[in-house]
Amino acid sequence: MTATEILDETGAPVIVCDHVRLSFDEHVVLEDVSFTLIKGHTKIILGASGSGKSTILKIITGLLRADSGVIWVNGARVDRLSEREMMAVRADLGMIFQEGALFDSLTVRENVGYKLYEETDMPIEQVDRRVEEVLGFIGLGEFLHRMPSELSGGQRRRVAIARAMAFKPRILLYDEATTGLDPITATTVDDEIIKLRDIENVSSLVVTHQLRDAFYIATHMAAKKADGTVEVVPATPEKEREAEFIMFRDGLICFEGDADALRRSKDPYLQTFLS
Amino acid sequence: MFLEIWLKHAALEVQEYVRLVGATFRAIVTRPRYRHDIVEQLDLIGVGSLTVVLLTGFFTGAALASQTGLTLDQYGGRAVVGKLISSSMIKELGPVLTALMLTGRIGSGIAAELGSMVVTDQIYALRALGTDPVRKLVVPRVIAGVLMAPVLTIIADFVGIVGGWLVSRFQLQVASGVYWSSVTEALYTQDVWMGLIKPFVLGFAIVTIACHVGLRTQGGTQGVGKATTVAVVAGSVAVIAVDFFVTQLLIKLMY
Repeated sequence: MTATEILDETGAPVIVCDHVRLSFDEHVVLEDVSFTLIKGHTKIILGASGSGKSTILKIITGLLRADSGVIWVNGARVDRLSEREMMAVRADLGMIFQEGALFDSLTVRENVGYKLYEETDMPIEQVDRRVEEVLGFIGLGEFLHRMPSELSGGQRRRVAIARAMAFKPRILLYDEATTGLDPITATTVDDEIIKLRDIENVSSLVVTHQLRDAFYIATHMAAKKADGTVEVVPATPEKEREAEFIMFRDGLICFEGDADALRRSKDPYLQTFLS
Repeated sequence: MFLEIWLKHAALEVQEYVRLVGATFRAIVTRPRYRHDIVEQLDLIGVGSLTVVLLTGFFTGAALASQTGLTLDQYGGRAVVGKLISSSMIKELGPVLTALMLTGRIGSGIAAELGSMVVTDQIYALRALGTDPVRKLVVPRVIAGVLMAPVLTIIADFVGIVGGWLVSRFQLQVASGVYWSSVTEALYTQDVWMGLIKPFVLGFAIVTIACHVGLRTQGGTQGVGKATTVAVVAGSVAVIAVDFFVTQLLIKLMY
């Protein structure tokens, strides 16, 4: 069986981190981190500020290099790849940064279609159609010609999601996608994450310290109605089990399990975090 | 201890600068290239700097004529004022002052823009979207800086000589014919080469230093302000120092 065939199977591991360690001078950011993300599933990484949860996303995308450990993404061992070789892996990997990281000098349309306009040979008309399609998907179709500075915080995050999904990656990494947003706006962003996972079959790694959003994503699912519209409804028990939580503490994983296990945990640190 | 830390820090900066220059050269000669970014930067750096260069060149030439006129009067040599202006402008003042103006205008802008992109994760976003920031951001700026610095220098030289002519004609009462013939008399091929080669090197130094400083910005908006200052200070000192060494080299090679 080839790596591609394995990855096509249900339950295939799309991201594997094995004993990853990273330190900056004397400061150890990640001590020993190991976990696996299964195709089509969601892994929610919780933890206090500075616990290393955003760092692991940057290591997975090759933006930072781990000191040791092995990282597999879609069957490629990324800890060994050069920046040039990493570009091929990133073609199937979208990342949503804290605050969106939209390009200030480009319009919403240019931001969303950036990769397709600049890094592919796709005809302009086709790119424009795809940009309109994804902006329609996240409900910002009329914002095509706005500049990022003209958008609210929530709209910026949603445009960032649109930019990451425009080139149809099969894995999306969300770095604090809802931090700093009011609960109503945060829920609209959570809904997009759920829809992408359940409708587009995207595997998701969600970094957050917003418990409300973490549990909402884990306990809801997107369903297509008879008229073709999509609605977010409470998840079935089987679907709920596809979302797993990881809790980071001082560069180590101190908990791994589903929403029920997290709620039931007697660990004092987890209870303090959840209270 | 302090000296050791400073030396380590300086060595690291030099190493990173050399690495960036190497990556820039590699990116210039290989694909992909972002042509529309190169055109945009040629416009921003070239056309955008025209006003400041015109004004600087003109007033430098005019002030130079007034000053040298006073000195030449002591030797009864007012008629050769054009000779001094043309050789000073073309060999030294044109390239150096244009480069200093570009450092203030372009160097600060590049460091601030790239620095802001670093602290807002836009550089990470570029890489995550499959773009090499050196190809997309550094190469177009370096090409534009290297190509536009000589063009702007030639313009500064010309308006400087025109400024000198106006002062010579109306303040020093030197006949126009005498002025212009003394301007061309003083021009040797080596001088013209020196005036043309210098801005290529200075343009490269200004832009690569600004890009290096901008891309190594740390610490939020305060860091962006610091990067902008460092880019202008380091760029200005580099212009003066590089000018000295290039002058020595070219004198050895051509004169």
